[in-house]
Amino acid sequence: MDKPSVIDKEDLNKLIAKLNQQGYKTIGPTIRGEAIVYDRISSIEDLPEGWTDEQGPGHYRIKKRNDKALFGFNVSPHSWKQFLHPPEKKLWTAEKNGSSFKIIPEELENPKFAFIGVRSCELHAIAIQDKVFIQGPHIDSVYQINRKDLFTVAVNCGQAGGTCFCVSMQTGPKVNSEFDLALTEVLEKDKHYFVVETGSDRAQSIIENLDLRTAENQELKIAEEIIDNTAQNMGRFLDTEGIKETLFENLEHPRWEEVANRCLSCANCTMACPTCFCSTVEDVTDITGDHAERWQKWDSCFTMDFTYIHGGHVRNSTKSQYRQWMTHKLASWIDQFDSSGCVGCGRCITWCPVGIDLTEEVAAIRKSDKTKIDNI
Amino acid sequence: MDNNAQDPMVPQLYEVTRTIRETHDSFSLHLKSKGDSDIPEFGPGQFNMLYAFGVGEVPISISGRAEKSGNLIHTIRNVGSVTSALNDLKKGHTLGLRGPFGTSWPIEACKKQDVVIIAGGIGLAPLRPAIYALLKQRDQFGEIAILYGVRQPKDLLFTKEFETWRGKYGIQVKVTVDSADREWKGNVGVVTTLIPRVSFDPTHTVAMICGPEIMMKFSILALKQSGMSEKNIFITMERNMKCAVGFCGHCQFGPAFICKDGPVFAYNKIKPFFETRDL
Repeated sequence: MDKPSVIDKEDLNKLIAKLNQQGYKTIGPTIRGEAIVYDRISSIEDLPEGWTDEQGPGHYRIKKRNDKALFGFNVSPHSWKQFLHPPEKKLWTAEKNGSSFKIIPEELENPKFAFIGVRSCELHAIAIQDKVFIQGPHIDSVYQINRKDLFTVAVNCGQAGGTCFCVSMQTGPKVNSEFDLALTEVLEKDKHYFVVETGSDRAQSIIENLDLRTAENQELKIAEEIIDNTAQNMGRFLDTEGIKETLFENLEHPRWEEVANRCLSCANCTMACPTCFCSTVEDVTDITGDHAERWQKWDSCFTMDFTYIHGGHVRNSTKSQYRQWMTHKLASWIDQFDSSGCVGCGRCITWCPVGIDLTEEVAAIRKSDKTKIDNI
Repeated sequence: MDNNAQDPMVPQLYEVTRTIRETHDSFSLHLKSKGDSDIPEFGPGQFNMLYAFGVGEVPISISGRAEKSGNLIHTIRNVGSVTSALNDLKKGHTLGLRGPFGTSWPIEACKKQDVVIIAGGIGLAPLRPAIYALLKQRDQFGEIAILYGVRQPKDLLFTKEFETWRGKYGIQVKVTVDSADREWKGNVGVVTTLIPRVSFDPTHTVAMICGPEIMMKFSILALKQSGMSEKNIFITMERNMKCAVGFCGHCQFGPAFICKDGPVFAYNKIKPFFETRDL
């Protein structure tokens, strides 16, 4: 691709307008109910200008910044998966007809999403869900159509969030996977601009239309420094070396019992996680009993019903549920999809009501690794 | 949408062509496709998701193909709301079906080997297509033994077929029950007690086991004690399942999805997870 360009803050509106003109539904960060969430946006007026988020274990607040940054925060409580893998979807309808019935599949519509402000960790999360839903032997048709024309305007993080650990997971802070456009926000005394990298031909043609100037070397250098600075200020660390083997060999570690005493099995971590993909189905009928529907809804491995089979629940303790969640995310995911299921976004830490921190849990297991201790 | 034709979550319609009461709590349904498509080819051990209108969907192993019509047979134990609704279906009724899904019993690997089949309760149903696959080319295999354990004599499935298996094909069929009244003249005790009573060469044997996990655990132990190696022991696992295609996450068992990596597994591949409680 060509050398990066520079887009001024005000000109971002032209980019949004251009995307809308091409039929994209633009989704980006915006403030709702004291949180920065992802929702429909139509101009930069909708972006959380001058706001940031303060995140910690079991802690989230938005705060005023002392500048006018548009992307001066980290990640929204809910990830982009709410759009690609919606929390609820009707799979089909069935109509009874005597002793028979017919099944009417759902008509699917391409929403043509453009996501604005996608962080590097989140791009990785989308790529991970792609493996689950559209790169295996079976295709999830809803995910497929939502994902089909997705246009991503990524943002390199200008600061490390309070619960971030993307550097450990090699998923950020600099955008390093597939994207259409990647922005780095630069705020200098009286200048406010974005360095823009192009990652696809369709993005290139949009950029050409916006008539942007080429970035100067000095501007590129400043942008790089901002990202480097973010990487260096990452407060959390997760040691991924041999993590699959470590967790599989420590399935009976006492730490699981210990964390279970704190865990409320509320399922927040699985809802907030951008890669958690589990779902259940619900069958509903109307009062006549002639009209039935099948719905798919997000589900969580922290619920009892998740493992119910005739005769009882397989994972009937918080210990076994937490162990499943964490070993799936960090270990068995590697066998299943050839990558970790964790992108280091920190949402599970922020949104855990009791502030359980999986980086701490991994460290605790490593500290008294059963297999290592036996060898001492 | 063209996509819907292949959407793995949308069932195809099947007609019940015959219902058979197998035991006090189990029944079989013979099913014929209502669409243009032929009855799908399936491997022994594979399963379908059966949908009862308005009630829900459950994974059920295919228990065979009807002799003349080739219709699909499913043998089901009535234990929950969906299986109860399936139990209520009569000849001519319709149900939804998705499948077949999952891995199959290793029939090829049994060639020139002895075969030990161990079934517990309804576990004989998923093994039945494997038994018929062996019978179809009987001369390819050495000794074949079927060891079948149930709780009580009234739980025995497919008893009418045992004599053919024994007489016509020279298969050792042994049955035991956990408890019985005086009417019962057969064996009483757990299924593993039958293992020393059949003839097979443990160093040249493939074993296939289907039943409750506790029963499979002790059967594996007994087979290993007899000299069998873990890699020749195959078991089938059961977990909650909503989609059968790897999307819903419910059936995970360590790194495996039972729906696509199983339900049939070589024991040595899942051993550490099989031995962990509440996994």
